[in-house]
Amino acid sequence: MSEATAADILSRIKPLLNKRVGPYNSWNPVSRTHIWQWCSAMGDSNPLYQDDAYRAQHSEFSGEKAVAPPTMMQMWSMRDVNGNDGPGSTTDNLYEILTALEQEGYEGIMAVSYDQTFHRYLEEGDSAHHYSTIVDISDLKTTGMGKGFFVTQWAEFLDQNEELFAEAKITYFKYQTPKQQPAAKQASAPGKINRIHPVENHDHEHFWQGLRGGKLLIQKCEDCGELRHPPQPMCEHCQSIRWSTIESKGKGTVYTYTVMHYPEIPPFDYPNAIVLVDLEEGVRIVSQLIGTKPNDIHIGMAVEMKLTEVQEGMTLPLFHAVDKA
Amino acid sequence: MTAFKNLYASELSVGDTLPEFALPITTRLVVSTAIASQDFQDVHHDKAAAQEKGTPDIFMNILSTNGFVGRYLTDWAGPGSRIKKIQFKLGAPNFPGDTMVMSGEVIDISQEGEHTLAHVNFKGKNGMGNHVSGVAVLQLAAEDGQ
Repeated sequence: MSEATAADILSRIKPLLNKRVGPYNSWNPVSRTHIWQWCSAMGDSNPLYQDDAYRAQHSEFSGEKAVAPPTMMQMWSMRDVNGNDGPGSTTDNLYEILTALEQEGYEGIMAVSYDQTFHRYLEEGDSAHHYSTIVDISDLKTTGMGKGFFVTQWAEFLDQNEELFAEAKITYFKYQTPKQQPAAKQASAPGKINRIHPVENHDHEHFWQGLRGGKLLIQKCEDCGELRHPPQPMCEHCQSIRWSTIESKGKGTVYTYTVMHYPEIPPFDYPNAIVLVDLEEGVRIVSQLIGTKPNDIHIGMAVEMKLTEVQEGMTLPLFHAVDKA
Repeated sequence: MTAFKNLYASELSVGDTLPEFALPITTRLVVSTAIASQDFQDVHHDKAAAQEKGTPDIFMNILSTNGFVGRYLTDWAGPGSRIKKIQFKLGAPNFPGDTMVMSGEVIDISQEGEHTLAHVNFKGKNGMGNHVSGVAVLQLAAEDGQ
C-alpha cells in the first residue's frame, strides 16, 4: 500500500471543514439525579448545586431547582451505553474528517486541549443539545505519539430555547498507531517516574553515603588542605590523591541561579529554581531552592540546607531561604 | 452543609496560591466518574480492554478531569463564585494507584462590570507528570449580597 502524502490528504480533507453538524440531543432533561450522581462521584459538595435552602438564600437561582455544575455541559448530550444518540439527533457523521483520516492510517485519537466558555448554569428541567463543527486541521506533525494531524472541533451547547449556554474548542491529535502493540510491556503497572540516581563509585560514594547518613561531606586534600566540590579523585592544586572529608554546616549564599519553567519534566516541581550556593566553608554546590517564589530569589540571599529524601534511597541537600528575623 | 466560605475580591492578590488538593486515583473513582459523565468507552471501566489498546490499566476520562478542575476551583473560591472559562491541556493519564495533586496560582485579577474576575493558573500533577494544566477565569462572589 502506498501512503498518500500529507498534502494529498489535506487537499481532500480541507473542503470538509466548517460543516456544522447537529443537533445531538440529550436523552433526558437536566435532573437532580444526574447532578447528584455527578457531584457524589466527583466529591463536589458545593451547596449551590444541590442544597435548596442555600441556593434560595444566597444565589440568583431558585430554591426549587437543582443547578448543574457547568463542567457537566458535555455530559447531557452524550450517547447512551449502547452508543446511540438521543432521540431526534442527526444521523449525519460528525466525524467525517476523522473517518477519512482513519482510512489513511491515522487511527489513534487523543484529546490534547480543551478551551471552554460557560455562559449560563443549567437548572433542573433545562434540556441540552449540541452542534459540532470541525474548524481546523494542522499540517502533518510529529509528536511523542507518532505522526499525525491536530484537528480542532468547535462545539456549541444549546438549551431548549436554542440559546448558547456553553461552548468549547477541543483539539485532538489524530495519529498513526504503531503497526504492532508491544503488549507484554504495556501490561506492566503504571510506573512512577523517579529521578535517576548517579552511579556511586570510589570517587564519590562518600558524598551520597554521607547524605543518607544526614551529612553533607566536602572533600579535603590531605596534603595541601584545599577543599573541593564536586567530588574528584585528585586535588587540582597539588595533584595529591590523598583526601578526607569535612562536614559542611550547609549554610551559604546564592552565588547565581536559574529558574526552569518549560518543558516540565517529571518528577521535578516547576517552576524549578536551580541555585549555585557559595557554602560558608568556601566551595560551591549546585542544588534546588525550595519554598521561595522565583521573583523573590536574588543573588546573595542567605540560604540553608535542608536534607530531603526526594525518593526512596535518594537524599539531596536542597536549600531554602533563611529568615532575616 | 459544611461551612463553605466565599472568597472576596478584597482578600485576593495576584500571586496568591490555591491550597493543594491530593486526589487518590482508584478504580472506583475512574469508573464512577466515567459513568456519572455518561462516558461508556471501555478504556474507562474495562481493564482488559484498556490493556488491549496499549495502556497498563483503565484511566480517567476527560469529562471527569473537567469535573475535578471545576470542583477544585469552586472549593477554593466558594459557592458564590461562577466559573466563566476553563482552558486546559491534557498530559499524563490518571491511572488507579496514582495520586493527582492539584495546585494553582492567581495570575491576574480583572473587572467586568461590577464583577471581579480571578484568573487562575492550575495544574494536576501525578507520578508521571502533569495530567492537566491550564488557566481558568472565575467570577468572585459579590461582597455585599452573599
